[in-house]
Amino acid sequence: MKQGLFTILNNEKLAKDTYRMVLQGDTGAITGPGQFVNIALEGCFLRRPISVCDYGPDSLTIIYKVVGRGTAQMSCLPAGTELDLLTGLGNGYDLEKSGDQPLLIGGGAGVPPLYALAKRLLEQGKHPTVILGFNGAQELFLQEEFQTLGVDVTVATADGSVGVKGFVTDAMPSQGYTYIYTCGPEPMLRAVYDKSVTSGQFSFEERMGCGFGACMGCTCQTKYGNKRICREGPVLEKEEILW
Amino acid sequence: MVNTQITLSGVTLDNPVIPASGTFGFGYEFAQWYDINCLGAISVKGTTQEPRFGNPAPRIAETPGGMLNAVGLQNPGIDKVVAEELPKLREVYHKPIIANISGFSLEEYVACCAKADASPLTDLIEVNVSCPNVQHGGLSFGTDPDMVYQVTQAVKAVCKKPVYMKLTPNVTDIASIAKACEAGGADGISLINTLLGMRLDLKRRAPILANTTGGLSGPAVFPVAVRMVWQVYEAVKLPIIGMGGVSSAQDVLELMLAGATAVQVGAANLVNPYACKEIIEALPREMERLGIQSLTEIIGGAH
Repeated sequence: MKQGLFTILNNEKLAKDTYRMVLQGDTGAITGPGQFVNIALEGCFLRRPISVCDYGPDSLTIIYKVVGRGTAQMSCLPAGTELDLLTGLGNGYDLEKSGDQPLLIGGGAGVPPLYALAKRLLEQGKHPTVILGFNGAQELFLQEEFQTLGVDVTVATADGSVGVKGFVTDAMPSQGYTYIYTCGPEPMLRAVYDKSVTSGQFSFEERMGCGFGACMGCTCQTKYGNKRICREGPVLEKEEILW
Repeated sequence: MVNTQITLSGVTLDNPVIPASGTFGFGYEFAQWYDINCLGAISVKGTTQEPRFGNPAPRIAETPGGMLNAVGLQNPGIDKVVAEELPKLREVYHKPIIANISGFSLEEYVACCAKADASPLTDLIEVNVSCPNVQHGGLSFGTDPDMVYQVTQAVKAVCKKPVYMKLTPNVTDIASIAKACEAGGADGISLINTLLGMRLDLKRRAPILANTTGGLSGPAVFPVAVRMVWQVYEAVKLPIIGMGGVSSAQDVLELMLAGATAVQVGAANLVNPYACKEIIEALPREMERLGIQSLTEIIGGAH
């Protein structure tokens, strides 16, 4: 965990209500894909927790959906703006358990952290496949970027405007994968949990106070006791989840 | 050289800045951000007799100039706090520790405070009769002078260490509650806990917090804290730990001028993990700027 100042290099609209922001600064505290940053915004008392989509030695990318006052404000910030970030928050995904053919499933604003995860898995010589779910074509993003990595991508849309009509679970194979990594809205996580035939890791979202384990604002119950989504999460193992 | 040292009922603090209960966990986790031995003292997470999960999520909502929380006293219970959490804090911290105790009955307050008092690692007991986020207990004790008197007297009977009663601002007459503490034998008073508040989600047409209501904290409540510390200082002779929306060295000095001997920093820790450290570092500069030699000389100085 680290606090630092970052400079916005780029902030652009990707899809309906969805923006990509590239930030330059010290990313040394980030230990792996699936972690998040907590961003201080002028006029907002609480920071805004956003998952990291991709990161290098001195820059990171976030993709965020405008859902309220804070994210609306973020979408208007020009390049060159300095932001105060806490980085390296949360546990992130554990790559060791993936097996050779992990299945990555993302829904809407849950898609971004799977991008850095796919890159790291490919670097390890694994063969990930990806299923992305959106409400419709106007909300679709990152499909091409995943394809550029050389990953097999299936898209599902609720309105059928692109790819498979239905939810991510309608595009899920009944077998042929070694592990599940997923991030998305809770009903989607639950459906993936029910349909998946292997173990896996599920990334959760919750309203947070601090984002670094101090306030107990985001605690959930698991089979192995209380866990703070911001600290022992946001990624939980399939076996410990209590719905 | 200015002197930032203050004394709370015989417990000497290098400076008056204390992270407030519920915003600093059991302290040791902040040692990852900075050396927490710069703190005057630490008030650790509110503790009850039995372990508690607390309230369902969402527990947090943002407000103008602050936040609502309805954590609901999540804690591992007094036995585990004494046996595990406080020793873990002691490994990285050798300054005074304030235990913060909540209860749901007189008996529970007494039993829990006795265990906290018996721990060699605690220096002062802060009794929370003001949690707004639990049913049957907390706030309902703190709004009735007779109940506050009873809890104070019962807890004092089993504690050798100084007992500070932590009061709620959700009352009409804070002076009468403070007088009940004094009559019950309290060594000091902590205030203010959070103000009862509520936010609605416009899309869902329902409360944001699963608990419906929560406690308001942050800079928005600072003027309420100043007013109530002022009133309690006028009403009783006990030392006061002031808190409520403190986020700068200037706020610390303002609460001390209103009557506080020490000051707790709460919500500010959650948005800036370095909040207490930065306030402590800024304090001597602010004192020099305002011509303050020693902090003890300004306690209640605005009256």
